[in-house]
Amino acid sequence: MKRLIRITRRKLRLRALRHYLLGRAVRRRRRLHPIAVRTRRIRRGDILLFMSIRNEKVRLPYFLEYYRRMGVQHFLVVDNGSDDGGLEYLSEQLDVSVWLTHSSYKDSRFGMDWLNWLLLRYGTGHWCLTVDPDEFLIYPHHDTRPLRALTDWLDASAIKSFSAMLLDMYPKGTLDARTYHEGQDPFQIAAWFDPANYTIRKNGEYGNLWIQGGPRSRAFFRDNPVQGPALNKIPLVRWERSYVYVSSTHMLLPRSLNLVYDENGGEKASGCLLHAKFLSTFAGKSAEEIERRQHYSDSQEYMAYHSGLQEEQDFWCEESRRYEDWRQLEDIGLISKGNWA
Amino acid sequence: MTAPEHEPPVPALPAKVRLGIVMLCHNELPLAARMAEVWAAGGAVVAIHIDAKVAAEEVATMRTDLEPHEEIIFSRRHPCEWGSFSLIRATQDAASLLLDRFEDVSHVMVVSGSCLPLRPVADLIAFLAQRPTRDFIESVTAEDVGWTVGGLNEERFTLRFPFAYRRRRMLFDRYVELQRRLKLKRRIPEGLVPHLGSQWWCLTRATLHAILADRRRPEFDRYFSRVWIPDESYFQTLARMHSNRIESRSLTLAKFDDQGKPYMFYNDHRQILEESRCFVARKIWPRATALYAYFPRPAQAEPSAAEPRPERLDRILGQAVSRRRLGRPGLYMQSRFPLKDRENGKTAASYALMQGFSDLFPDFEPWLAERLDADVHGHIMAQDRVEFGGRAQVGPGGLSDSAALRDLDCRGFVANLIRMSPRMQVIQYSPRDQQDLNWFMATDPNAQFFIITGAWAVPLLHSGMPFDDIRRVAALLQRTELEQIGTLNSVWLKARTRIWDLGDFCARPAGVLRGVLRELGGDPDAAANLPEMRELAGMGRFLQRLRNAGLRPQLMGDFPVADPAPSKESI
Repeated sequence: MKRLIRITRRKLRLRALRHYLLGRAVRRRRRLHPIAVRTRRIRRGDILLFMSIRNEKVRLPYFLEYYRRMGVQHFLVVDNGSDDGGLEYLSEQLDVSVWLTHSSYKDSRFGMDWLNWLLLRYGTGHWCLTVDPDEFLIYPHHDTRPLRALTDWLDASAIKSFSAMLLDMYPKGTLDARTYHEGQDPFQIAAWFDPANYTIRKNGEYGNLWIQGGPRSRAFFRDNPVQGPALNKIPLVRWERSYVYVSSTHMLLPRSLNLVYDENGGEKASGCLLHAKFLSTFAGKSAEEIERRQHYSDSQEYMAYHSGLQEEQDFWCEESRRYEDWRQLEDIGLISKGNWA
Repeated sequence: MTAPEHEPPVPALPAKVRLGIVMLCHNELPLAARMAEVWAAGGAVVAIHIDAKVAAEEVATMRTDLEPHEEIIFSRRHPCEWGSFSLIRATQDAASLLLDRFEDVSHVMVVSGSCLPLRPVADLIAFLAQRPTRDFIESVTAEDVGWTVGGLNEERFTLRFPFAYRRRRMLFDRYVELQRRLKLKRRIPEGLVPHLGSQWWCLTRATLHAILADRRRPEFDRYFSRVWIPDESYFQTLARMHSNRIESRSLTLAKFDDQGKPYMFYNDHRQILEESRCFVARKIWPRATALYAYFPRPAQAEPSAAEPRPERLDRILGQAVSRRRLGRPGLYMQSRFPLKDRENGKTAASYALMQGFSDLFPDFEPWLAERLDADVHGHIMAQDRVEFGGRAQVGPGGLSDSAALRDLDCRGFVANLIRMSPRMQVIQYSPRDQQDLNWFMATDPNAQFFIITGAWAVPLLHSGMPFDDIRRVAALLQRTELEQIGTLNSVWLKARTRIWDLGDFCARPAGVLRGVLRELGGDPDAAANLPEMRELAGMGRFLQRLRNAGLRPQLMGDFPVADPAPSKESI
C-alpha cells in the first residue's frame, strides 16, 4: 500500500513536471525566428534530426554529410546567434530548416525549450534524433544498415527510445597539436577513447541511468566525480506529442522512455554517440563559453577544462584504445546488439 | 467445396511435381508482385490473397501488373488480423482455388509477400520430386512444444480469446487469468490432437484436399475460429488426422526471437543466407535491395535437390537470443544494468582477495606476483586511493586510481577491472578498506577469499600510535572483520573461502602459502622462499593490553601473554 502511494505520488509529480516543461516549450516558441523553414518537405516516416548550435560552422559540413549518409532526411536547427557564417551556410542547405534566436541559452534550459517545441511541432510521429553538432551516432551494424533499418526494427519490437551513451574521443598528444579543418573526419584526429572507465548509477525518480566517467572525469573531476559530466543519452526517440526532454538528452518524460536497459541480466540494443569535442577548436570554444557563462553550473565544466588545458592537457594514457569500428565497442561492452542479429 | 462421400476422394499422384503457391500479402504489394513473378517464372502457379484492408488503388496496380501471367490468380479477399481465424479462411480459399483451377498441382506451399526464395524454384521442385508423398509441415504436440511465447500452448486450445492480443492486451491477459482461476475449459472436438508449428508449410495435394473436403470441416472451423493464433495450429493439427507421411519441419527459414517476433534479414546476411541453402527465407527487410537483387540464385542446368543446412544461421540467431536474455556475465553498461542477484554472472572471471597477508609480509605483492600468472594489485578498495599493481595512476580499461570515482560505483569498478584484464586479478583486502562490496563478492562464485583474521593487529603493534588511538582503531577493525566473517559464513555464500586466524597462520606460514599458491594455479614449491615477515614478538602482551583496556580480541587466535611470539617454526 505504501509503495502504491509512493508510486502514485511520483506519477503525479512527474506528470506535473512534464506539463510544465511542455508549457515552457510552447511559450518560448515565439523567441524562435524562422530563417529558412523547409518543413513542408518532410514526408511521412522521414527520420529527423534536431539540434541547437552556436558558432560551429567548422563542424557543419562533415556533420551534415555524416547524418545524410546515415539516412536522416531533414535537419531542424536552432541557431543561437552564430557570427561565423554558420547560419548562412545552413540556410543554403535544402534539407535544413533553421530558426534564429538571440535569447539566453541558459534561460531556455540549455536550448532544450527550443528543441522541445520543434520536436512537439514537427517531430510527432517521426523517429527523431536530437544531438549536438559534435556528437556522431554509432549503432550496431551501422556500417551495413542505414538508420532506417534500425528504426524499422525498433518499431517492429515496439521500442520507443534508443540509448546511445556519449563516448568522449580524444587525440594522442595535446589538443592543439593537430588542427581540425572544415569537412574533415574529426575521428582521424580524436581517435582514442577510454574503454571501461565509467560509473553507472540508477536514478530512481526518472528511471534513467546516470553514467559518468571517461577521460574528463579521470583528468578533471577525480576528487569531485559527482560534478563530472553525464554521459547517458537517449537521442533517438519515436516522438509523440506528450514527450519532453527533461535535462539535455539525458532523460525524458514519460518515465518509461528512460527504461532503455534490461534489469534481468539481458542486454538491450544500444549505440554510442562519439563525442568529437576535444579538437584544436576546443581551447577557443571554452574561453568563449567561460566568458558567456551560459552553460551548466555557470560553465564550471569549461572552467575546469580551461585550467587543465592551459597546461596542455593530454587525455591519452596507456589504457586508451584506438577506435576501430562498432564491433570493437560491442566486444568491450560499451554498446550491444541485443537481439538485433 | 463439398464432400458428400464419407471418405474424401484421394486423387491419384501426379507423375511430376507441379508446385502451387499460396501467397498471403498485407503490405508492400509491389514487392509481393515481384515475388509472385519469381515463383511463376520458376514454374509454380500462384494464388494471391490480399488483405481486404489494403487500399483499392494498390490492389488494382498489382492486378494490372500481374495481368499477363495466367498462372497467377487472385483469391477472395478477407480482412486479416494477426492471430485470428481470418488468416485460415484466406489460406483455405486460396488453396481450394489452386486445387480447382489447376488440375496438375501436386504440392501447395504457403508463403507471405515478404518471403524470399533463396534457391531457384526448380531446386525446390526437384527436392519435392524426390519425396513426392511427404507433407512438410512442422507439427509438434502442444504439450511438448516449449517454444511459444507467453506460455500459452495447450491453453490455446482450451481457453477462449475474445480480445485482440495486440490492441487489448490488458483485457486479454485478465480474461485468460479469469478462465484459469475458474477452471473454464472448452471441449476439443472428438479425435483432434492439438499440434502446433510454423504456418509456412508445404502439403501434398492429397493431404490438403482431405483437409479441405473433410465432412467434419464446419465443426473444425467453428472450433478453430475460437482458438488463439489458429494459423499455427489448424493445418498442423488436421494434417495429423489425414496424413501419416508427415515430415515435421518447415521448408521456409523463419526464425523467431524471444519476443516471438520474426527475425529480419538485411544486406549483410547475404553470405550466411546463401550458405544456409534454405529454399525460402523470411522476413527480409523490405529495403534490403541487395538481397532482392541477389536472390533467388539463377537456376543451374541441373537442379539441385540438396538438403538445407541452416545450422550456422541457427547458431548466430541463437546467440542473439541468449545475448538478449542472458547477456554477458560481469557486464554493467547502458543497456544492461541487472538488479541484485539477477546478474547471470556477477563478474566475468575468477579473482582472489587476500586479506591480512600484506599486513604480515610488507613485500607480499611482488612476492606473489613473481609466483603467479596473475595481476597482483594492492588494496584496490583502499579508502584513500586505488592501489593498482605497480601503483599505476590508470588501471585496466582506463580506470582511475581516484577513490572518489571508484566509490560512485564500486560494483562497476570491480566488474570492469576483472572484465578488462585477460589475466586473473588478485586483490589485497583488509577491514581498513571500503566494505560496500562484501555481499556482492561473497555471493559471487568467481570470488576466492583467503583471509588471515586478526592480521590487521600486526601493523597496529608496530604503529607507535598512542595506545588510546590503537584501542579505538582495533575496536573498529575488529567489528568490521567480524561482520565480514559473518557474511562469509552465511547460507548465501557462493564464493570459495579459506580462513585462518593469526595464531593458526603463524604456526605454519609456509604450509598455508603453499596451499594458496596451489589454489591460485601457481607452483606450490615456490612458497619455499618466504617473504620477510613482520616481527610478532610482543603480540601476546599487546593483545593482553587490549583486553585490559576492555576490548576482547576475538580473531587473532592464541598468543601466550609472556612468551615471545612463535614466529619461527619448522617447515
